[in-house]
Amino acid sequence: MSEAAEAVEPKGGELVRRHRLSTRIWHWVNLVTLTVMLMSGLMIFNAHPRLYWGQYGANPDKAWLEIGAIGDAGALRIGPVTIPTTGLLGIYTDGNGEVQQHAFPGWATIPSGYDLASARLWHLAFAWLLGFGLLAYLLWSLINGHLRRDIHITSREWRPSHVWHDVKEHARLRFPKGAAALKYNVLQKLAYAGVLFGLLPLIIATGLAMSPAMDAAWPWLTAIWGGRQSARSIHFLCAFGLVAFVIVHLVMVVLAGPINEVRSMITGWYRLPKDRGE
Amino acid sequence: MNGAPIFTRPKFTRRGLLVGGSGLLLGGCDKLNESPGFRSLLIGSERLHQRSQRLIGGHEPLATEFTERDMSPEFRANGSRNVADIGYQQHVLDKFANWSLIVDGLVRRPLALPLAALQALPQREQITRHDCVEGWSAIGKWQGPQLSMLLDRAEILPSAHYIVFHCADRFGTTPYYESIDLIDAFHPQTILAWRMNGQPLPVAHGAPIRLRVERQLGYKHAKYVMRIEARASLAGLYGGKGGYWEDVGDYAWYAGI
Repeated sequence: MSEAAEAVEPKGGELVRRHRLSTRIWHWVNLVTLTVMLMSGLMIFNAHPRLYWGQYGANPDKAWLEIGAIGDAGALRIGPVTIPTTGLLGIYTDGNGEVQQHAFPGWATIPSGYDLASARLWHLAFAWLLGFGLLAYLLWSLINGHLRRDIHITSREWRPSHVWHDVKEHARLRFPKGAAALKYNVLQKLAYAGVLFGLLPLIIATGLAMSPAMDAAWPWLTAIWGGRQSARSIHFLCAFGLVAFVIVHLVMVVLAGPINEVRSMITGWYRLPKDRGE
Repeated sequence: MNGAPIFTRPKFTRRGLLVGGSGLLLGGCDKLNESPGFRSLLIGSERLHQRSQRLIGGHEPLATEFTERDMSPEFRANGSRNVADIGYQQHVLDKFANWSLIVDGLVRRPLALPLAALQALPQREQITRHDCVEGWSAIGKWQGPQLSMLLDRAEILPSAHYIVFHCADRFGTTPYYESIDLIDAFHPQTILAWRMNGQPLPVAHGAPIRLRVERQLGYKHAKYVMRIEARASLAGLYGGKGGYWEDVGDYAWYAGI
């Protein structure tokens, strides 16, 4: 949101500069990076599809989450609850029509076949892009004012009445029009801040906490999560937190006008939605 | 063909598009995964892991040590759990009384150390977490002499840069082998464990001795170690990548992450 845009209030229907180059680059790099991290991560999970709390956890120990096959049925177990997942999780049919027994199916993993060594190559190489991409973006957004102007949640916006109003507007699928559409609303700010300062740093920190060399160098990094297996569980939960964010993000893009939204993330130019009666 | 029509109008269902899109993406990723150029780019980051982790921690940080209360009730045995070789089985029957560990290669004084000699050396006991590349962890108590003590006793030559562990267990016809550099070889927690959880090391866990190299993943902790060789380089050692899994499957030689 440039200074000029604030000085003369643009009207609905006008083309305005919306996303800075840094935001646009980071967005598309992340599309690739997060896709690779998720899919190679699911393959790594397939090597031991059980999650634990604490420092240790292996087959003889109690897992709080487990994906596997019981006989010829696939199942996801979370605590005491077992959900049948044949065809999707635990047991599925691959592209050649062969029945496979892995937690996540081949279409969701990189590589598509079981290959722990390759999945680790992808995951650990792209982790550098994710980590330093985030660091560079946060630093740059701090310097150019993006965080202060667009993400910072004001005390007025924190008011429960304001948040509730925004929730109701979202539930009715009524989105801001005209110049108001240039500003992120409080739910958007919460979602973006939650990803920038919550999920992404958390998934990187818990990822590093699983490394035995990091554990020797920075023991506190593993200790704060309650141990390596807790860090692994949180890492997995964050991954699905990011998946949930992306799903909501995509739904909102579709509802808000996908061509205009995608164009603004490619070229930076955004056509302001018209007010009713405008 | 069951008489079904071969050509049907393609149905662009949402599911079809999703699966098709994912197929396209995956096909691309699988192709990339097999492309030597892209793969060497990915493998290149292993160097980055090693350098950055040693930069952060220096060479000497100790892996976290635990108390007996923190130990896994049952320590999972993984990889080879026994050795079929008749000679090895005879050593098991003899409780390794006639067995000795060879230390050779680029050393001034090659050694052949019986188990009793290893047990008579100053011992280090450590309760540490074993982290498998698959993702699971187990905490156990290990005891044995530090590897540095053996290397000093054998008078390792300045030309040596790697320590290779030759093992009794075989994958097909290939015996297991692993290697570490001198930074890890001389690390205080790098020991040759002959005792585990207060008992002589069980066969399933690599009797008579297994390497403990606590800042790396489980596959570096060679079991059934028969011979320790000091080498100038890993070239010429089987596939040249320094370890069994490294050679057969592109697992990272530096397994600190």
